[in-house]
Amino acid sequence: MGFDQYHEPAHELPGETRTFARLCASLTEEAEAIGWYEQRIAVEPDRDARAIMRDAQGEEFKHFAMDLEFLLRRSPLWREIAQGILFQEGDIVEHGEEAEEEAVEEAAARGAPLVGTTSLGIGSLKGAPT
Amino acid sequence: MSHLLREHAPITEATWRMIDEEARERLRPALAARKLVDFGGPHGWTYSATSLGRTDPLSAPVDGVTALQRRVLPVAELRGPFALARDELRAADRGAADVDLHPLDEAALRIATAENAVVFHGWAAAGVTGIAQAAAHDAIPLGEDCSLYPRHVAHAVEALLRVGVDGPYGLALGPAAYTRVLETTEHGGYPLLDHLRKIIGGPLVWAPGVQGALVVSQRGGDFLLETGEDLSIGYDAHNADAVELYLLESFTFRVVTPEAAVALTP
Repeated sequence: MGFDQYHEPAHELPGETRTFARLCASLTEEAEAIGWYEQRIAVEPDRDARAIMRDAQGEEFKHFAMDLEFLLRRSPLWREIAQGILFQEGDIVEHGEEAEEEAVEEAAARGAPLVGTTSLGIGSLKGAPT
Repeated sequence: MSHLLREHAPITEATWRMIDEEARERLRPALAARKLVDFGGPHGWTYSATSLGRTDPLSAPVDGVTALQRRVLPVAELRGPFALARDELRAADRGAADVDLHPLDEAALRIATAENAVVFHGWAAAGVTGIAQAAAHDAIPLGEDCSLYPRHVAHAVEALLRVGVDGPYGLALGPAAYTRVLETTEHGGYPLLDHLRKIIGGPLVWAPGVQGALVVSQRGGDFLLETGEDLSIGYDAHNADAVELYLLESFTFRVVTPEAAVALTP
């Protein structure tokens, strides 16, 4: 079994960061599955088979949204930027640029960490060197 | 703005990073409980109680109905205040490498010691039963004769095996016992520390706040530390000379399996 979601030695990472990385990996997998179902549905001639796959894709939509919401709750800056982009009418790129600029400037001005919570991020130390 | 009010402190972003990193460096070696028990959360500052899934009888408000009240474990807060000299913080901003952060270091050790003491020995005022109090096995006197430690720890392991609690196990050693173990080599120069590690098959940790030692199961699910706010640094006040800060955490702790630990008394 691989642990590809970690780019640093897992035992050096705080528990919160490991959880964050796991959910990032999960988010990626759900997005991939959504894309795969979209392709299968596009080429499947059988109506019943398409309906089943559409239903399955709906599950992936839900999983993706739950993963994303979890990550946004754990990363205030990400959440702030996302709020400026998601569910907005108009130019997506423009909203993205504006949201990033405002959120990063505000966070830097108040000395807040740009990722994660305001805690020290220590979490679990099980498995840490002793 | 979070309840920690860090934005109100006269501390630059770079110096906040230095303070946070210093705190992490000082806390990690001392947070023994987190190396041995399960960690839940952080659920955030507003998290106020852990559900126990149990109920107490309650008199019904009217005839013809029955009533129960849910039992919860209220979250307790630990706060470790400290003050940093503004001269030192200004020196940090100029790039000084020898900034005096001793008050932070001492506060970090104090709050880590408190967390360990709560987990291993309980905190009656907060309704927390510690592992040593809950342990279902007879306590084993540890004593000061290091040559007997492997035997005591082996007896503890045997007691756990006898009730079906399989290894690996962790060993939390109070500072006095830990120092004795570090200083000791057995016949043939074999370090006692390594011998004890072989017996338990899991981590052996320095545990400030622990009286004596404890052998605890590492299989998971036996001891639960549930955090609301994980360890954080907040701001209280400042004057011309110093900035008053504090280390803070909120948590509950409960022992699920009293059979999964053996206390070794000093």
